[in-house]
Amino acid sequence: MSESEEELVESIAEATVEALRVAETRLPEDVMESLERAREEESNERARMILDAILENVRIAREKEVPMCQDTGLITVIAEVGRRFPVRLAETIQKGIKRGVQRATEEIPLRPNVVHPITRENTGDNTGRRAPVIRFVPTKGEELRLHFMPKGFGSENSSAVTRLLPTEGLSGIWDFVLDTVKRAGGMPCPPIVLGVGVGGTIEEAAFLAKLALFRPLNVRNPDPALADLEERLLDAVNELGIGPMGLGGDTTALAVNIEMAYTHTAGLPVAVNIQCWANRRATAIIYPDGFYEIVQDDYPRGEVE
Amino acid sequence: MSPSEHRLTVPVRDPDRLLELKVGDVVYLNGTLITARDKAHQRMFDEGREPPVDLDRAAIFHAGPVVRKRDGDYELVVVGPTTSTRMAKYLEDVLEAGVRVIVGKGGMGPEAPKLMKGRAVYLTAPGGCAALLSERVERIRDVCWRDLGVPEAMWILEVREFGPLIVTVDAHGNELSWKETG
Ligand code: SF4
Repeated sequence: MSESEEELVESIAEATVEALRVAETRLPEDVMESLERAREEESNERARMILDAILENVRIAREKEVPMCQDTGLITVIAEVGRRFPVRLAETIQKGIKRGVQRATEEIPLRPNVVHPITRENTGDNTGRRAPVIRFVPTKGEELRLHFMPKGFGSENSSAVTRLLPTEGLSGIWDFVLDTVKRAGGMPCPPIVLGVGVGGTIEEAAFLAKLALFRPLNVRNPDPALADLEERLLDAVNELGIGPMGLGGDTTALAVNIEMAYTHTAGLPVAVNIQCWANRRATAIIYPDGFYEIVQDDYPRGEVE
Repeated sequence: MSPSEHRLTVPVRDPDRLLELKVGDVVYLNGTLITARDKAHQRMFDEGREPPVDLDRAAIFHAGPVVRKRDGDYELVVVGPTTSTRMAKYLEDVLEAGVRVIVGKGGMGPEAPKLMKGRAVYLTAPGGCAALLSERVERIRDVCWRDLGVPEAMWILEVREFGPLIVTVDAHGNELSWKETG
């Protein structure tokens, strides 16, 4: 490794540790607001008690700088590589992120969650082959933006992908989302957030569902028809009455975020990625000179508009 | 109506106390809580290995903590519940072993009310509230089967006022779920 490459790897590693520290110990402002509003509006007493416990938990985590949830997750990173970071640096970026995740596991600390899929052997440092999950997406910007999402598997295990018939259309999508939420029940620690990916291929739909979860809860899809669908689906999900932790109540979901891609005339892939109330996100913005900052209100657009 | 609140010492000295708990009630635990997840269950009940701790009248906690090693000792960072349904298939074995209180999240499967009747209770811990619950853990007393990895090992925790936990399956054959309440 050249000296300048080593410097860049090191600054990406540092930025990774700091972004993970923020993500694991503090909820983004939009999530806090949404949880607080839900607490105000909740009519079920038990549900209110659980929402109070969650809010108190978040307060303690922030104050004591400890992870808000013991499942510190499998880490997904969406890397937006700006114009001044040529893609040939992908390997450098990967190296920096892995080093950062290993260090964060020691320092924050994080629970070592990453295992071989079949032998189940734990690597002990939250990295492994293709772990953390890193997706490179194009961007209009200049800098490198690393969007981190350490995500627990209570919610990931409740997620689902399907391929509907083209004729099933909107009502097929609607039913699939509601069925997925019903089947999940209390497992993903409601109140949940739903990322829905519609169209593309099977893996594109799944990626879009994850991408949707990176978007703040108070930002609707720029397409008015999709924004409207997001709001109507949210109401329908909350009508189910699953409530916090699946013990009943008005608050089942905080938001539904949908992302869409054109697809083949013969198909309609749909994915629902469920996120728990511990909607942990943070972005490291890294400048070409190695300077970085951590924010919690930025998100990947996933395309060059 | 406010739910009634209980304080329960674990291991459970007087099994009759369990009958006082009704679905929807709130419980705080004092005493010893033993964590056990997939691999510990597998080792005890599929491989038939002797449990490394006494499970008679015990309270087990479906959880895997975040720990830090300091001066050769383990220090708890945070601990919170994992999804219990993954352990549901071992419920009969767990009850046979003497466990009287199970703490987790997401419920213990459809058989739970029948199997637990007259024997044990299932308590839901607010999911993901690890920072909050950890304030109620006084210390890690011991760890068994460390070779299973940090999340899967059995951690023996001393707890005080550990909660709020919600009675989700009581010892009278009732279960609390959104389907009935919602
Ligand atoms: S579903 Fe989320 S909040 Fe619940 S235990 Fe898993 S990571 Fe934590």
